[in-house]
Amino acid sequence: MIARLFYDRKIRDAASQALAVLALVGLGWYFVANAAENMTKAGIASGFDFLFRNSGIEVPMHLVSHTANDSFLNLLLVGVLNTVLVSALGIVAATALGFVIGIARLSANWLLAAIAGAYVEFVRNIPLLLFVFFWYFGIIRALPGPRQSFSLFDALFLNSRGAYVPVPQDWAAFVAVPGALAVGALAAWALGRWASARQARTGATFPTLSVGVGLILGLPTLALVWAGATTPWDVPALRGINFRGGFVLIPEFVAIFAALVTYTAGFIAEIVRGGILAIGKGQWEAAAALGLTRAQALRLVVVPQALRVMTPPMTSQYLNLLKNSSFGAAIAYPEIVSVFMGSALTATGQAIEIIAITLGIYLSLSLAVSAFMNWYNAKIALVTR
Amino acid sequence: MSGPIGAALRRLVATPTAAATTLLCLALLWWGLVPIVDWAIVKATWSGEGREACRQDGACWVFIRARLGQFLYGMYPEAERWRPDLAALLLALAVAALAWPHTLDKGKIALGVLLLYPPVALWLLAGGFGLTVVETRDWGGVLLTSFMAVFGGLIAFPLGILLALGRQSKLPVIRLLSVVFIEFWRGVPIIAVIFLASLLLPLILPGGLNVDKVVRALVGLALVIAAYMAEAIRGGLQALPKGQYEAGEALGLGYWQKTALIVLPQALRISVPALVNEFIALVKNTTLVLIVSLFDVLGIVHAALADPKWVGLTMEAYAFAGAVFWFACFGLSMWSQRLEARLARERRH
Repeated sequence: MIARLFYDRKIRDAASQALAVLALVGLGWYFVANAAENMTKAGIASGFDFLFRNSGIEVPMHLVSHTANDSFLNLLLVGVLNTVLVSALGIVAATALGFVIGIARLSANWLLAAIAGAYVEFVRNIPLLLFVFFWYFGIIRALPGPRQSFSLFDALFLNSRGAYVPVPQDWAAFVAVPGALAVGALAAWALGRWASARQARTGATFPTLSVGVGLILGLPTLALVWAGATTPWDVPALRGINFRGGFVLIPEFVAIFAALVTYTAGFIAEIVRGGILAIGKGQWEAAAALGLTRAQALRLVVVPQALRVMTPPMTSQYLNLLKNSSFGAAIAYPEIVSVFMGSALTATGQAIEIIAITLGIYLSLSLAVSAFMNWYNAKIALVTR
Repeated sequence: MSGPIGAALRRLVATPTAAATTLLCLALLWWGLVPIVDWAIVKATWSGEGREACRQDGACWVFIRARLGQFLYGMYPEAERWRPDLAALLLALAVAALAWPHTLDKGKIALGVLLLYPPVALWLLAGGFGLTVVETRDWGGVLLTSFMAVFGGLIAFPLGILLALGRQSKLPVIRLLSVVFIEFWRGVPIIAVIFLASLLLPLILPGGLNVDKVVRALVGLALVIAAYMAEAIRGGLQALPKGQYEAGEALGLGYWQKTALIVLPQALRISVPALVNEFIALVKNTTLVLIVSLFDVLGIVHAALADPKWVGLTMEAYAFAGAVFWFACFGLSMWSQRLEARLARERRH
């Protein structure tokens, strides 16, 4: 009887799964019990009350207002925003640089292809932390001090203390910029419809792309120039030994941003190259037979199809970049790991709560990025009947 | 000029656009590469005593020479440095035996290495049982980087196999547990995991148990890499034709027999290139042990910059650390590409 039970597949499966769960629960219970005992011994409080206490921690870069008198929750928000800021800007810039390098690697000009190839092989085999150190200690900290800053039009300054950017004293006039962007996008869309209808009717082509991009970028630029000209600016200026006024991009931000972009672009370039190579030669030849130039074939025929191949690996690079923004902690860029797992944990000692919150935030951010990329992937997927 | 070289040169200036691109590239090389070569080789100082021997406008490789012992072994006592050397030699022999195409019974050798090498290497490095004890806080440089990479890989590899099998399992609970485990560690940054391991391990183990810092960092690294390796192995499992699984069942083999004798030997072969890529990622990520104040190659080179005798030699230090990592990772990736080509050739037969 018992032997029969032992050899019954269903019962064995159920038993082995129950055993696995039991073992895990047991292990978890053992860890929790130990943690509880160790924490009582060390006199560490538990619970999430600490989030609403004053943190007493100052942060050199905050997108929302933050002082030492604000709560730990506000500190967390500052960290999250700094992570999101450097990741979002990093993803955009790394994609652009990666596309340029990836396409350059396939160039008919072998000198260009070789330079792009050397860049990729160089970057992919070196740890990101070395990039971060190189940009921070090797480049930015080695820039001249405030008195010998590099300056652009006496308004933008770059020195070892960071990048100083002028900001308007009043943002009211700048509402025109998103307005102009909307108008430009709408006009470009209408123009595109008109141009393709005309091409279908008469065969005459129209430079839709350049005019469209001109509209989308040009109108907001005009609005920006207008708003900038009518608003007084807070321009950074040298007062004594340091700059006053304007907005300061701290050196840590500049360094982690540059490191993330130069590193990730090497990986994105390979994905772009692989995606383009995955498109059959017949597509190039068909495009050439239609009379398209090489650049047109790339833009209209090859890249749209290559995007399908590229989206899944691109998603994991974006996720990597998001997670890699935590390398900022190594140079004290105030992102989540640095301000929360670092400063807040030292101040409160509540390791378990802080680790849980930090990991939870990364998991949610990762989930958000992959949800968006899955939506995009489904949108561009080949429609088959 | 004629011949292939002439044709290649002519292609650079075939059209005005091509000529302009070529000019731009040449300018880039002139502004980018020439000063670097000038600094690193032409104006560099290679030998001498101390900082004073170095030219101001060139690289001071004297610094690297003076500190080389520390960069390789950390604070490992000089008299005992034959021990890490021997451990490295043993590893090199084992890898060579496995990489040589004509070795017989590779599976058994691999299993033997997997079981025997870790305790022997650990004994050589840490000491005890007749050897002088060397505390892990004295390990550093290339020694620590290699230790982290090799032992991290040795822990992560079996764990990754189990997780990949779990994710492909027919048992829903096992599958769910594996998926959650894999996706959790893949979704969080490694820095955070190393922090987590270094803070939580002492907390969740029975009171008073002091976990070695190297072990803490190793556990953190291994957990993450295991999750990534599991995905690489899953690729191999999925690439295996279904007929292989069915043939195993037709022979009347149980799950573990089928897995060990038919599925894994083939699936692992397919996953080797992907696994090597994960190992490269592991080698690069060992730099993060800096977070818990351990000094791997990059960490020790960076720390040496604080020495007032050598202050300001940032670029020399980073160039050395970069070269160590570049040669290691580039070599590994060349190897993985050759394996991939060989596997593709074999599958076509």
